[in-house]
Amino acid sequence: MSEIVWRPLADVSKELDAGRISAVELTTEILRHIDATESRVRSFLTLTPEAALKDAREADRRRAGGERSPLLGIPIAVKDVILTKGVRTTAASKILENFLAPYDATVIRRLREAGAVFLGKLNCDEFAMGSSTENSAFGPTYNPWNLKRVPGGSSGGSAAAVAAGQCYAALGTDTGGSIRQPAACCGIVGVKPSYGRVSRYGLIAYASSFDQIGPMARTVADCALLLEVIAGRDPCDATSAPHPVPRYSAELERPLRGLRVGLPRECLGEGVQAEVREAVCSALRWFEGEGVSVVETALPHLRYAIPTYYLVATAEASSNLARYDGVRFGLRLGEEEGLMTMYGRTRACGFGPEVKRRIMLGTYALSAGYYDAYYLRALKVRTLVRRDFEAAFDRADLVVMPTAPTTAFPLGAKTGDPLEMYLSDIFTIAANLAGLPALSLPCGFDQEGLPIGLQLVGRPFAEGQLLAVAHAYEQSHPWKDQHPSL
Amino acid sequence: MTLDRDLVRNIAHLARLELSGDEEAEYMAQLENILGYFRTLDDADTTGVEPATEMVDAGDALREDVVNNPPAGEELLANAPRRHDRWFRVPKIIE
Repeated sequence: MSEIVWRPLADVSKELDAGRISAVELTTEILRHIDATESRVRSFLTLTPEAALKDAREADRRRAGGERSPLLGIPIAVKDVILTKGVRTTAASKILENFLAPYDATVIRRLREAGAVFLGKLNCDEFAMGSSTENSAFGPTYNPWNLKRVPGGSSGGSAAAVAAGQCYAALGTDTGGSIRQPAACCGIVGVKPSYGRVSRYGLIAYASSFDQIGPMARTVADCALLLEVIAGRDPCDATSAPHPVPRYSAELERPLRGLRVGLPRECLGEGVQAEVREAVCSALRWFEGEGVSVVETALPHLRYAIPTYYLVATAEASSNLARYDGVRFGLRLGEEEGLMTMYGRTRACGFGPEVKRRIMLGTYALSAGYYDAYYLRALKVRTLVRRDFEAAFDRADLVVMPTAPTTAFPLGAKTGDPLEMYLSDIFTIAANLAGLPALSLPCGFDQEGLPIGLQLVGRPFAEGQLLAVAHAYEQSHPWKDQHPSL
Repeated sequence: MTLDRDLVRNIAHLARLELSGDEEAEYMAQLENILGYFRTLDDADTTGVEPATEMVDAGDALREDVVNNPPAGEELLANAPRRHDRWFRVPKIIE
């Protein structure tokens, strides 16, 4: 019975349809598995077992009434930056420690309508700022493949929970790689949709010209099932795009022959772990064997991606996080000393060091006298990065890169040096700068047994193509069936 | 690129962050290091390049001006750090 926790969502859905298991039994089994593993992994900030069982009973009722939907009765969990009505939503920050979400995010509403069972809220870096989940105000999450390693970040709780069999899928968010990098670190699949593909209504904003919500699961097909539910235009988010949403899960079987895959020459050089390089090259050889042509492309402005991202994203963050002022919600301190002290002390004590660092950076980049040299310049370089991709897509249908230069690093390895931590985002950030869809999927393990991630980046709104290519690769690589022993 | 203590204090003031002396010193050193690295942007040729401001063509994003999510009074006020009746309570602002 416990084997069921490791099975793909799509399989379990068929078991539910066939009546071989009920949603209540499935949810009970998952809750038992969470109970057995959570003290080691620590992926959840809030677990809602009663609400989950209530969702499961409702799903069983709906199925008994003849309803069929792939997500009906499937236990999933949500990164704690997405609002879930009536449930504590903290952004992994002390400033929102007791915040009860007054409404559901659009993605949550859509998943509820599809019948998903919500297990609770997952750990992450505070306000999604970080690459290791060590910036959570409530303690780190541990990588299920090796508990001394980070799960990546910022959606580290989401990646670890999926990898540990604690849920069939999770929602993450990706501003500079926060879905793909933890997916790579934890050996799962993560999709960052095109900018505008998924509504952000009800997402706690970090950097609004980058943030996207996306699915994380153990198989490509499972990600497709979630994405087709959460994607699409939402009148409550003016940046959500009107493009029709394909049924991604029905379009996974596509021929690879004739496709052109671009390999940016900047992506396999210095700083990339040898085993990561070898795994990516090996994947490319497999693609060539399938009739895909691999062409060399260039992203000449990739070397500017980190400063560009960290200037624009922190500028946006400094503005977005101005709302945490102790007036309407969240922590309030120092009010007896007047309004200015209340603002300053609430924010100083409520935010953790990395959030304050980014607010300081962003405030500086936007301040009089520095705006042109930093913020405006970064926006112009952002245009250059987008043009690099446009040129690459003249020669190739999609671009392949490592997701991260290394496999999961040890806890504490980069916490003393913020810049060193920023540099681990080098390969994921470019897709966010250009607003492109990108996906990470497992492509092997290093000598320590840690998963390696392969990243595919596509043209705007080409999620269907990325999923199909990833699905083809996954089908012929047996490690998709491996899971960590916990 | 040198940051001085006054500049760090001014940024913290603009961001409404009450920093301790230790934090000021720490952020000064870290921001200097980070911003120093960010100066690599100076090498990029941005002559005649437009800044990227529009991320997506959301089509016609306008909609009728009708309320479809009526204000959830009590649910919003439930998160208030301090309230009086139906209002948020704040320290006295005007003397």
